[in-house]
Amino acid sequence: MTEMPMVRYENVSKRYGAFTVLDNLNLDVARGEKVSIIGPSGSGKTTVLRMLMTLESINGGTLWVDGEPMTHMSKNGRLVPADARHIRRIRAKIGMVFQSFNLFPHMTALGNCIEAPITVLGMGRKEAEERAAELLDMVGLSAKKDHYPGQLSGGQQQRVAIARALAMRPKIMLFDEVTSALDPELVGEVLQVIRRIGAEHDLTMLMVTHQMGFAKEFSDRVCFFYQGKICEQGPPAQIFGNPQNERTRQFLNAVLEAG
Amino acid sequence: MWDWAFTIDILPVLARAAVITVQATAIGFVIAALLGLVLASIRLSSPAAGLVVAILVELVRSTPLLIQIFFLFFVLPKVGIVLDAFTAGVLAIGLHYAAYCSEVYRAGFENVPRGQWEASIALNLSPWTTFKDIILPQALPPVVPALGNYLIALFKETPLLSAIAVVELMQRAKIIGSETFRYTEPVTLVGLFFLVMSLLSAGLVRVLDGWLSRRYG
Amino acid sequence: MWIRVLAAMLAATLTAIVILSFQDGFKVFVPGLLQGAWLTVQIAVLGALLAVVMALTAALAKLYGPLPLRWLAVAYIEIFRGTSALVQLFWLYFVLPQFGIFMDAFPVAVLALGLNIGAYGAEVVRGAIRAVPKGQWEASTALNMTRAQMLRRIILPQAFVAMIPPWGNLFIELVKSTSLVSLITLADLTFKAQQMNQATLQTVPIFTLVLLLYLAISLTITICMRFTEGWAAKGVLHGKAS
Ligand SMILES: Nc1ncnc2c1ncn2[C@@H]1O[C@H](COP(=O)(O)OP(=O)(O)OP(=O)(O)O)[C@@H](O)[C@H]1O
Ligand SMILES: [Mg+2]
Repeated sequence: MTEMPMVRYENVSKRYGAFTVLDNLNLDVARGEKVSIIGPSGSGKTTVLRMLMTLESINGGTLWVDGEPMTHMSKNGRLVPADARHIRRIRAKIGMVFQSFNLFPHMTALGNCIEAPITVLGMGRKEAEERAAELLDMVGLSAKKDHYPGQLSGGQQQRVAIARALAMRPKIMLFDEVTSALDPELVGEVLQVIRRIGAEHDLTMLMVTHQMGFAKEFSDRVCFFYQGKICEQGPPAQIFGNPQNERTRQFLNAVLEAG
Repeated sequence: MWDWAFTIDILPVLARAAVITVQATAIGFVIAALLGLVLASIRLSSPAAGLVVAILVELVRSTPLLIQIFFLFFVLPKVGIVLDAFTAGVLAIGLHYAAYCSEVYRAGFENVPRGQWEASIALNLSPWTTFKDIILPQALPPVVPALGNYLIALFKETPLLSAIAVVELMQRAKIIGSETFRYTEPVTLVGLFFLVMSLLSAGLVRVLDGWLSRRYG
Repeated sequence: MWIRVLAAMLAATLTAIVILSFQDGFKVFVPGLLQGAWLTVQIAVLGALLAVVMALTAALAKLYGPLPLRWLAVAYIEIFRGTSALVQLFWLYFVLPQFGIFMDAFPVAVLALGLNIGAYGAEVVRGAIRAVPKGQWEASTALNMTRAQMLRRIILPQAFVAMIPPWGNLFIELVKSTSLVSLITLADLTFKAQQMNQATLQTVPIFTLVLLLYLAISLTITICMRFTEGWAAKGVLHGKAS
């Protein structure tokens, strides 16, 4: 038996009514691997991440995380739909950063970063604050830790959101177009932070991005989604340098022309 | 036409009755605010429970408060629950306004962006922590003025308690009227009391509203 | 979906009333209560008419009237919103005669409730008028309309749509406050209930029927207003204008 991947989508389907968003998706992400997901709007990229974060239910198939089924659990040797406790235990391994930050507006930057460690992990306040301060320092915001989200720029808010997710010590981090809501001059600071955590933390990362340059330089693998299917995947050099599929080529041409 | 000596005479008596009015307002509103929050929270929890609550709210809002007061006062004793007039009346007022308050809270919950729920799930917060620490603190401040307006409305409706002979302001005024055959002064004074109090509190609510929307808006 | 729930509730209420009125222990009360309900409906309808007239008048006076008229409108709105319908009812009923003005209980009831709801309605009308985009005024000015023409032809029809839901709530409030007229001896639904209750002590059947009757009236209004809302949104905004 080979080692289980960190994340496995096994024949996963997702439908909204009669509309199939994802059709029998199979995708493995190895431990520590950094995978970028690219593709045209509406191709189902966000849905891939949201299902893993349990923000969307799935209509078929199984999700595996760190060798365990997430959407199901084994009971007397059979797989049955997971209960809330099981889901929460698995979910503890995953962190997510949203396109629209979703910081808690009534808490300071520090407050955002200690809320979950204290209430979910049961960490002491002092320890949580120390760790949060470290993380805020790493994202370059130690001076802003007592600011409220409303007092921070978009780039700063997104960096707080990254620190907040890391404070839960996830093994897997999901990034959904985390720079799309930012003014162009603020994109760099956030990408810099992601580069840094990629290098310093032993994290498995899945990111949806429109920053082709970043995907090329940062990821181990790039998946091109088209109409709910992986149309082509491979190392960045291949996808960007020598795409095999006609659709991939069209998409990249269009994006590079616009960018 | 207006008898000042008589006015001075009845002022202390009315003032004492005003205490009952204020007590009824305070207790009734505590019931309304708390129960309203519970109802709105149930609506969040599941669609089926939500429908039941929605129907209950519609029932309460579609029938007169006066009848509800009579109902609690006259019908509860038939099932062995004997309440004095004040308790039954205040309870009815509290229940009636709980229905209105629950709609206010509901609007507050609906105004919290979906992303806040999603971020809480991503951080693995429990549903209870999410509700208590993340959603509630954002949902409540914006609806405080609307709750304040219902507090004023509730206050203005306390004279209904006179219908089951609770001696609050209106009942006292009527008693004075029937004893002295002078209604002008007591009834007008009661009206003025409500008018002044409502205008003052409406002003307060407006100030609060401005402050809240500057702070949170 | 929601309108279906309301319709189901109304159907259930009417069914319950019909079934109960054939039950022993209930049926003796039905004729008297229906009589009372008829008076309740009369007061509500007349009160609603007065309320609408007062609301339009006061709102327009407050917005566009000359200064003294504006003050008068403000005073009317604040006084009638600042005290409750019951206080107003008692004041008109007990105090007016002492100034030599004698009125029957029925006109007093219609007057008090109509004025009360009209004051709230005035704020609804004013809010809806002010919510019509400024561009509409500017366009009508550019077409050289008089202010009355603008109001009647352009502004009020658009404001009308926004007014319907709050007016629906106000009509419900009006129906509910008709129960107060029992306290000035008018034999409405609530009065009949009280009277029968004192005479027979059959509290449960009487008040159950009364609640159901009020519910039927209120739900009918709510449902009608929902339909009006849909019709107005289609007819005024999508069909004719812009
Ligand atoms: N709640 C929903 N109800 C119905 N359809 C939905 C819902 N959420 C997403 N969809 C549909 O599912 C498809 C995939 O959505 P998804 O958000 O995953 O796309 P995406 O690849 O992330 O696009 P983008 O680049 O615009 O973010 C889209 O066609 C979208 O319209
Ligand atoms: Mg997306």
